[in-house]
Amino acid sequence: MLGSLWRRRGRLNRMDGFQKLLTLLLIVLGAFMLLPIVYIFNHAFKPYHELFVYPPTFLVREPSLQNVNELLAVTSRSTVPMIRYLFNSVFVSGLAVVLVTGVSALCAYPLSKHRFPGAGIVFAAILLTLMFAPEVVQIPRYLVVSELGIMNTYFAHLLPLMAMPIGVFLLKQFMDQVPDSLLEAARIDGASEFFVFWRIAVPVCMPAVATVAILAFQNAWGNVETSALFMLDDEMKSFSFFLSTLTNNLANNVAMQGAAAVAALIMFVPNLIVFVILQGKVIATMAHSGIK
Amino acid sequence: MSSKIGAGGVIVGKSKLGVQETDSETPSAGIGKRRAGAKSRVAALAAEIWKYRLSYAFVTPFLLCFIAFIVVPVIAAVALSFTYFNAIERPRFIGWQNFQYLISQDLLFLKYALPNTFKFAVIVGPGGYIAAFLLAWLISQLPGKLQKWFALAMYTPSLTIGIAMSIVWLPMLTGDRIGYLNSILLRLGWIEVPQLWVTDPDYLMNAMIGVTLWSSMGVGFLAMLAGILNVNKDYYEAARIDGMKSRLQEIWYITIPSMKPQMLFGAVMAIVTTFKTGAIGVELSGVNPTPAYSGHLIINHIDDFGFIRFEMGYAAAISVFLLILMYVSNKLSWGLFGSKGDE
Repeated sequence: MLGSLWRRRGRLNRMDGFQKLLTLLLIVLGAFMLLPIVYIFNHAFKPYHELFVYPPTFLVREPSLQNVNELLAVTSRSTVPMIRYLFNSVFVSGLAVVLVTGVSALCAYPLSKHRFPGAGIVFAAILLTLMFAPEVVQIPRYLVVSELGIMNTYFAHLLPLMAMPIGVFLLKQFMDQVPDSLLEAARIDGASEFFVFWRIAVPVCMPAVATVAILAFQNAWGNVETSALFMLDDEMKSFSFFLSTLTNNLANNVAMQGAAAVAALIMFVPNLIVFVILQGKVIATMAHSGIK
Repeated sequence: MSSKIGAGGVIVGKSKLGVQETDSETPSAGIGKRRAGAKSRVAALAAEIWKYRLSYAFVTPFLLCFIAFIVVPVIAAVALSFTYFNAIERPRFIGWQNFQYLISQDLLFLKYALPNTFKFAVIVGPGGYIAAFLLAWLISQLPGKLQKWFALAMYTPSLTIGIAMSIVWLPMLTGDRIGYLNSILLRLGWIEVPQLWVTDPDYLMNAMIGVTLWSSMGVGFLAMLAGILNVNKDYYEAARIDGMKSRLQEIWYITIPSMKPQMLFGAVMAIVTTFKTGAIGVELSGVNPTPAYSGHLIINHIDDFGFIRFEMGYAAAISVFLLILMYVSNKLSWGLFGSKGDE
């Protein structure tokens, strides 16, 4: 972090006046926007008497590992080993990122580039369902999952995640920008349609693919719904669900708050890492190419 | 694609034309087919579908999941809106009664949820959209190395949803003189007594709007940032040679037209997320329902009937109403940004 700050310094000298002013302005705004991250990191290391200060403070005064110990104590008491929850989450999230981006891109490509009969209906359905409030859909979805007979399996974690209409919508919008001449040239050279999709359309739309991957990971990693509704055995539930149960259903809301604060940090850090890596990719590909 | 500058929106239409040409079906052949009887029309459609079999193979994996976990449940929910359903007994068909009650007698809905949602959406929708675009553009003007970190900063509220939204703002907006906003305003002498920013019905809505705007840099923002960075740099160069001077002109004549698909995506996402916002009022004020229903939005109304009163049929009816509301707003914005290619 310090190193990159130093490099930024060096770059500052090479910027024009507008960029310098802008950077300054955005640093002030950015610092304000970043407050939640500061809070999450500090909150995890606050001792109990600091956790409940009102109004809440951002910075920890006497950092301690007390909360970490509390979380470890809680998890060692749980009947299912923590590693099992962690495995479920990592397994489902990893697979979800690959499957969601792959399946969404596969669907977006013909929607954008082939005018097959029914394409309009599919796209309209994607947009319309995006607009439906999720609250009342839960019960019917539960019935679908139980009718399919996939209750309590990894399929019930994965398949609902794969239906991510935002991903298809986003990828379709980016693929609209890919010039047809590019695809046509490859087709004339005898490339198969899948080759055109995989080696031309997807790489050109890499920024959108990476953005969809970010979203897919966020959805999958933080997902508690499928664990709560579709999983009967504790061994099948996700890490995020387990952490969310730490503070739920307790008679008072003081107990376990320390463990919950650490849990929030643990839930957040993978999101942060995935975002920084993939968003870096988005910007890096942009710097090199750009659609011509 | 040199014609891209002025005509970014036409790209879609053009691309589709391009594909049609390669389909080796001349217009006259199509008309001939249409003139033949219904039987051959079915056959022609079948042939057409067969010709696109690869496209269908591509969309099938997504479509299967989409239909099973989204389309079917949504259709079921729409069907529920015509029933009385308490989540325990079997749904009982009652026709339009839910909708009639909703638009004629549900005072909480008509007096609070609907006007509140309108006020909220009119400011947060366009405001959040413009803010997301402007910030994306400002970030794109920075040197490449910095972009990632500023994108992270702006996206933070979306990355930490729920965890920190209210927690960051509560110390600012606390009603006593310790609250940051109160203490600043008191010191400046702008107010004489601390204001109850989140518990006073007069202020709660404004606080909700402010906080939601702060967190409106979501996926639409990421898409627009990528869209802006994606614009061919040669266009700016060419425009500069042609005498374009200000950056505002560049935005209006080059950036926006070249990234219409992303602008459209951002607009739809702004509408969807705005209308689907609900929890913020409860989180800020700390009570449910919000004081004097001042922060009661349509989503709160759905939650209220769905999860507290267990009238799922009625909650479904409100959801359908909300869907129509979003659809109309969407049509309005597509009129502004859409091109003929996208329906």
